[in-house]
Amino acid sequence: MAYRTKTGSIDAYTKGKIELKDDLRKYAFSNVFEVAGAAAPFERVAVAKNLEYALEAMRVEGDSPWYAAPHDEFAIVMEGEVTFNFIKLQDDQIPGHEGGAARLGARPNGPAMGRVIARRGHQVLLPHGAAYQLCSARVSVVMVQTVAGPETVERWADICVLEGAE
Amino acid sequence: MDMIAANIIATGTDPDTGYDSFRLGSFHFHRDEYFAHIAWPQGTHIIEIDRFLRAMVRDIGWGFFYGWIFFDDVFGTTNHYGTVDIFAGTYDAGYKAQGTDHLETFSAEVVREAFETISRNWISEGYDPLNSPLETGSPIGPKGKERAGELTRGFIAAERMLGLPGDADVRTEAAFPINRAFADLEFDGPVIECEPGFEGQLHAIDLFDHIARSDVTWNPSITAVTRGNICCVTSEEHMLPVIHGNDRNEWFIQLTDEIQWKIADKVSGLPLGKITMRAGDICAMPADIRHQGFAPKRAMLMVMENGTPGLELRYASGELKPYPVEFG
Repeated sequence: MAYRTKTGSIDAYTKGKIELKDDLRKYAFSNVFEVAGAAAPFERVAVAKNLEYALEAMRVEGDSPWYAAPHDEFAIVMEGEVTFNFIKLQDDQIPGHEGGAARLGARPNGPAMGRVIARRGHQVLLPHGAAYQLCSARVSVVMVQTVAGPETVERWADICVLEGAE
Repeated sequence: MDMIAANIIATGTDPDTGYDSFRLGSFHFHRDEYFAHIAWPQGTHIIEIDRFLRAMVRDIGWGFFYGWIFFDDVFGTTNHYGTVDIFAGTYDAGYKAQGTDHLETFSAEVVREAFETISRNWISEGYDPLNSPLETGSPIGPKGKERAGELTRGFIAAERMLGLPGDADVRTEAAFPINRAFADLEFDGPVIECEPGFEGQLHAIDLFDHIARSDVTWNPSITAVTRGNICCVTSEEHMLPVIHGNDRNEWFIQLTDEIQWKIADKVSGLPLGKITMRAGDICAMPADIRHQGFAPKRAMLMVMENGTPGLELRYASGELKPYPVEFG
């Protein structure tokens, strides 16, 4: 038997459904392609949150600002192709805030570490101690495993299913 | 509940089937060709043997996981991270009403040893409860030659990220061919280009390739860790052979295909309905429900857990709400 694996994209996703006799807000059901499709480029929209921790959906389109975090983050490309550029930060350049990605004012001074080119299904380390930038010539979708931080956007009422629906 | 200082004891061998019976505390375990039978002072229970073994081996491999692992609606374990409850009917309204429920607490090591002893005796060659039903033999029938090799496998836990030097390895072709259900996907690894002096400091993996090579199902394994924020991935096919009632909130991210989740109240088992997740869907599993997944076709699932120690106590006390986000 030949199997056909179903993936998704902003232009072609089929959202599931939530049919519960419960408060649907408890489940915060959303779809990463729908969220990224409605987001501005490089908005970091929380699609999952575990106390201080977050998973952010990001629409990657063009060249992003530079970001850095006081801890490791990880990106999974869900659609398209994304180039991640990295710059090594000196100790006094590493953000001192509690957690999450911070947007840097400009490309930081420091040596270029290199780049990673990632496509659908690839997971990329965004290492502590490095600044990073995401670039894509066409619309791509990334999820970032991180801590909720100054760039994290929370708009649960806009992105979540609150009534059982296809 | 005080911890019971007891170890598993073999109580005899069935002359017809060849399987041993066992006692742990007040619980008695016996199997025949088709079923596992569990008895305790106030009652008895019967579970289809495939379901029982699939649940038991995963419970061992997960280290009893987070919170409640129901083998079915009646029997299961609760993890207290050092001790483990074995319960029967404790979270079933009917058993509670009849007063036939029972719970005993043991050290986690005692339960692990007990479950391993039972599983090894009750699993014969040709059957692997970690495989999907289409990829293994049957556990029914009399005892055959005991299956050799590791009882649990595939429970990979990265410390920082899979594939980094000194960390857990990604699966490769030599030992893990692409599963038949993902043979239609194209896999092309990420390109990593390091400037001189930064060799080895950038890292990326083909996560979908890693999942597609998994030879086990319903086994979340850790791929990346941001402080207590843990990313697990797993391949899911057929049905989750346990019902999981988490002691904290967790999140499911459907990477490919479809999984349907039956949802029920965690304490009473009262059905609440169903969630159908398709590629790209993201859904919280609140801390006050139990869930069981059904995957008609092998699917890739990402699970986000908060591994912060002691969270179970903060949820149990009511300090933390059993749902993850506020809508404002």
